[in-house]
Amino acid sequence: MEAKKKLYGAVDSPSTMRALASLLEHQVEFEFTLIDLEAGEHKKEVFLSLSPFGEIPVFQDGDLTLFESRTIMRYISHAYAVPGKDHIFEEPNLQGIVAGWIDIEDHQFDPPASRLLHEILHKPSIGLSTDVAVVVEEEAKLAKVLDVYEERLGKRKFLGGNKFTSADLTHLPNLHLLTRTRVKELFETRPCVYAWCTGIMSRPAWTKVVDLIERSKSQA
Amino acid sequence: MATPVKVYGPAASTAVSRVLACLLEKEVQFQLINVNMSKREHKSPEYLKIQPFGQVPAFQDDSISLFESRAICRYLCEKHGNRGNKNLYGTNPLVKASIDQWIEAEAQSFNQPSSALVFQLVFAPKFKIKQDEGVIKQNEEKLSKVLDVYEKRLEESRFLAGEEFTLADLSHLPNAQYLVHATDRARGLFTEKKNVWRWWGEISGRESWKKVVDMQNAPPA
Repeated sequence: MEAKKKLYGAVDSPSTMRALASLLEHQVEFEFTLIDLEAGEHKKEVFLSLSPFGEIPVFQDGDLTLFESRTIMRYISHAYAVPGKDHIFEEPNLQGIVAGWIDIEDHQFDPPASRLLHEILHKPSIGLSTDVAVVVEEEAKLAKVLDVYEERLGKRKFLGGNKFTSADLTHLPNLHLLTRTRVKELFETRPCVYAWCTGIMSRPAWTKVVDLIERSKSQA
Repeated sequence: MATPVKVYGPAASTAVSRVLACLLEKEVQFQLINVNMSKREHKSPEYLKIQPFGQVPAFQDDSISLFESRAICRYLCEKHGNRGNKNLYGTNPLVKASIDQWIEAEAQSFNQPSSALVFQLVFAPKFKIKQDEGVIKQNEEKLSKVLDVYEKRLEESRFLAGEEFTLADLSHLPNAQYLVHATDRARGLFTEKKNVWRWWGEISGRESWKKVVDMQNAPPA
């Protein structure tokens, strides 16, 4: 009998949401186990043997154990590609472009997005005050990135090409969180970016991810 | 006969040299077009057309333009699966996943502290920018912790993703080269770990990497 696929993750984790999105989009059956970050579960030896940097999420598929959400996302998109609904291109030229935009999210979009979420959401939740100067600075950086996205999305419906791919999916967690804060203005004022955002966030699989996270929070 | 691919950027750039290493491993013909960053050529309107974020490298192959060095490397491996080093990006999804994972580890955990140290210890003195001892110490500690994880991994495995040299190891060459060969201080972080030091010797001794280092040391065109 096939071993069950497992995902270990945490509730307030964009990385976990990224892995969940990929799994749900590809309709992969898996068991989701919550790791209690506050209790330091991710630093314990048994977890470190799966994830040497102590990071979540971790994905197990038979003998394969993977850490790093973007790795999990890439693996699922290739190993569980569903013809007609896949997130990849067979042609290297086209897939190369998708790979480029996955890294753009990682290196250009994620840094200001993460710093903004840290200031606006995380710090207040632990009793610290938001540094408005940092917020203004990071918003300016994100705005420049979104200007490039606006031009790209003026030419293509999705970042990676003419269909939804991992290049779009990888943005979902931070988009979901940012568009509930004052930062949403940066998206609303860019028509192509806004159309793209609202489109991908309304995908059924993403709605299921949000739902799963909300339910896990209320049980935790 | 295919036209050589084009790589834009100085060979001294860590991200550019990552792509050069991959091109040499895959035996793909290329043309390196220098971009003079001190003259801000990377922010010119012409350059921004091929790399809208104004960074190096940019890459062109037939009709496509790509950016992001690790994405370019993946593309080269997919397109030229049967050329040069065939094991560089694995031959099946499981092996690929393992390689991807350690490429991500490099991008997420190794890159930040090592880049900060390369800037502080190598480029800042070169460009007469004041070094920040606090930043140096902080990143030395971070990098040391990352190398502890690598030390453990390399006890069980010859290379990061398994028994073959892959993109995962190659991704580390640019930053580590500067730290090991252009600094005394950061070099110690590598020499003090037995498996890491053994691994460094193997990966940096490859012919392809030696050629890249020669390109970096060549006088400007």
